[in-house]
Amino acid sequence: MDSRRKLVIVIAAMLAVLVATPYSGSYVIVLVTHALIFAILAMSLDILLGYTGLPSLGQAAYLGVGAYLTAILASRFQFGLDWTFWLVVVLGILIGAATAALFGLFAVHAGGVYFLMITLALGMCVWGLAYRWNSLTGGDNGIVLPPRPAFGIDLADDVTFFYLVFGFFAVSLVMMAILARSPFGRSLVGIRENEPRMRILGYNTWLHKYVAFIIAGGFGGLAGVLWAHAHGLVSPEDVVLATSVDALLMVVLGGPGTLVGGAIGAGIVVFLREYLSTLVPWWQYVLGGVYVLTILYLPGGLMSIPERIRGSRALSRRARETRNMQTSPP
Amino acid sequence: MDTNFWVIQAFNGVSYGALLFLLASGLSLIFGVMRIVNLAHGSFFLLGGYVALTVIWTTGSWLLALPVAALVVAAVGLLMERVFLRPLGFDPLRQVLLSVGFAYLFQQAALDIWGGDNLDIIPPAMLRESAVVDGFYFPMYRIFMIGMALVIGLILWLTMEKTRVGAMVRATVDDAEMARGVGIDTSRVSMFIFALGAFLAGLGGVVGGAFLGVYPGLDFAILPIAFAVVIIGGMGSLGGAAVGSLLVGLADNFGKALFPEISYFTLYAPMVLILALKPTGLFGRE
Repeated sequence: MDSRRKLVIVIAAMLAVLVATPYSGSYVIVLVTHALIFAILAMSLDILLGYTGLPSLGQAAYLGVGAYLTAILASRFQFGLDWTFWLVVVLGILIGAATAALFGLFAVHAGGVYFLMITLALGMCVWGLAYRWNSLTGGDNGIVLPPRPAFGIDLADDVTFFYLVFGFFAVSLVMMAILARSPFGRSLVGIRENEPRMRILGYNTWLHKYVAFIIAGGFGGLAGVLWAHAHGLVSPEDVVLATSVDALLMVVLGGPGTLVGGAIGAGIVVFLREYLSTLVPWWQYVLGGVYVLTILYLPGGLMSIPERIRGSRALSRRARETRNMQTSPP
Repeated sequence: MDTNFWVIQAFNGVSYGALLFLLASGLSLIFGVMRIVNLAHGSFFLLGGYVALTVIWTTGSWLLALPVAALVVAAVGLLMERVFLRPLGFDPLRQVLLSVGFAYLFQQAALDIWGGDNLDIIPPAMLRESAVVDGFYFPMYRIFMIGMALVIGLILWLTMEKTRVGAMVRATVDDAEMARGVGIDTSRVSMFIFALGAFLAGLGGVVGGAFLGVYPGLDFAILPIAFAVVIIGGMGSLGGAAVGSLLVGLADNFGKALFPEISYFTLYAPMVLILALKPTGLFGRE
């Protein structure tokens, strides 16, 4: 598919979500809002996993710092509940990026399995602090946020909040897509494909990966700010290992290296976790099954399906043509 | 903070470490041999506890529950390795996600079979008493845990160091490709190690069930701690797993008692440092 057609499809799908959501039930609006927030987190992870080849097992940490920052400022200092919300957004991005800048010093030089382990450990550090540092984080109970900010527009209204989150999602998607197509993004793909060669070509691969790590952390922090207001409660549950692993699944399920795939994966996982779980008690079979089936049968993710269908069609067409040639009289 | 505090906390730390050793020695061997980040290892632990409960409910024998639960979990691990992990080939990310998928499936199955209540495994009366030494009370059960870890550790050590299978495992840990080159069936070794790891985790689940309880969520609660042990000790090294268990057990106990606010941080931050500075762990081979 040429990229213009892809772009049209993506824009059409986004417009459909933007237009249809406000007219659906109030529960669907909340669900879509949550999905969009996790889509930002999943896309930030896709920058690492899909483009740079770094499978981080600790992406929830950046969501966590952004969310806790928002919650602490709002509940303790009543800060970020009017126009200062925009300052909190900036601060959330900065704290996510700063945390990633610190963590990246430890993690980025590691490769393969060791990168998985070290990001897991870093994620657990954040969880440990969230869980135990009672005086700051409220421990196991977490922090309950005051009502959402109001500055001319009232975000307490779920539809208004949905529009806001959608805006952040769209801007994030565009920014990350531009990043991925920039020379910097191309170098990241080069590192994913063959790091030694990139190094020989004179690229500072460590620095490239480190910067990608920080950018992903920044977007993670943004998702955290939005999540804090969306959920109204920030607790250690948000930074458990399962959140990080879910983010990985979102990317792998949708299709790594596509950004949009991460968003689709986020939609599916949020739907399973938040909607299906209210319908049937055995929803975890579905979630576990999605994990196992994705890994076994869909290594390229959902985004690879059209490609696959075209591939198999082309194959069968070729087979038919060969057969025709063989059977047709000379 | 008198002597009493230090003796009791140290004892608690060592006995917790003993339990961690059961869980983490298998994880460490699996990691060493197969380079798999097995996020279903906590589920093996939890399944062990649940199966033991069923055995105890039906037969009334706690002693029987130990081997039965461990063997059942080993069989589950064996199937998982043969049917799903083996065909996957070497791709750390896909292995991680597959193991998470299984962790969720096991979680749901456990919930359906055993319900969502917090259950307890009650050990025989003899182990519910306390030994009094020099005015200190030491619960027999914790002494039993330490003894169990020592016995298992000794058996594992003898197997690894003195038998042919052990030599094959060590060769695979050091250099899987070379091991295949000299004719070792590393696929068999992986199967054996994965089942052994599941066996040990299941056993740990039975032993730990009387101590931590058996409840939904225990799997993901205990898993990162097991990883901390493996990383600090070094992957694929039994001695490392032993020292790592002891360190983490003590750090966890003293951390919670002395500086509760950052107690988990003091557990995972060293893990990060060791991974960053010496990824093979304190006792891992280069």
